[in-house]
Amino acid sequence: MARTLISVPKTAEAGEIVTIKTLISHPMETGFRPGADGRIMARDIITDFTCLYDGEEVFRAETFPATAANPYLTFTTRATRTGTLSFIWRGDNGFEQTETATLTVT
Amino acid sequence: MPRLPNRRRVLALGTGSLATIALRPVAAEAVTRTETTAQAIRRFAGDAEIRPGRVHLDLPPLVENGNAVTITVTVDSPMSGEDHVRRIAVFNDKNPQANVITVHLGPRAGRAAIATRIRLADTQRITAIAETSDGRYWSTSADAIVTLAACLEG
Repeated sequence: MARTLISVPKTAEAGEIVTIKTLISHPMETGFRPGADGRIMARDIITDFTCLYDGEEVFRAETFPATAANPYLTFTTRATRTGTLSFIWRGDNGFEQTETATLTVT
Repeated sequence: MPRLPNRRRVLALGTGSLATIALRPVAAEAVTRTETTAQAIRRFAGDAEIRPGRVHLDLPPLVENGNAVTITVTVDSPMSGEDHVRRIAVFNDKNPQANVITVHLGPRAGRAAIATRIRLADTQRITAIAETSDGRYWSTSADAIVTLAACLEG
């Protein structure tokens, strides 16, 4: 399991736009870089990130080797009701990780 | 009547291009792009006209370390059900691959604003393109000077 850092406000008023920040520790090996033996190292990146709010997709990002190591993303969503935010990262070599956070809407 | 290239001119051309190849760094030769930036943009936007405006791309003009460059993209949009940003894509000129990131948004995003960290392999121009719900495309570009390039040195 890769380490993740997720920043979601604990509470929000209904209709408020909340900023979400996510970071996952991942080398994002580009597949363009030669290793110690001089041969190009195989690509190993996160290719897709999805944020679900109560099971509905509110944000999705396709990432490429140009994303820096330990992919960091900031985006926003409108708080509608108290619910679960799920964050799903998918990548090369079958990488998949899901984290959740709860947003309480007052 | 157009002048046909004679042997002397062809030879002169040959030496010229050889010299250009020799001057390019070895590392840059290792990677050949499969898709140009223009092709990648067309794959994203199709044949639609891309107008300048509405998109704001923020990145440092002078980058010390190309391995992690913070970029922010915002689009002027009310993000309502009828008028919102559907997609934002960022492209580069000189990295081994033209795509940087593509994000999918909707009215539930509230604001069309994203931030991330990217790699820059060289001093180059970055272009951000946004697709709005009416099917129109908007773009902006920004230049970055990179002193330590990503990808090649590590």
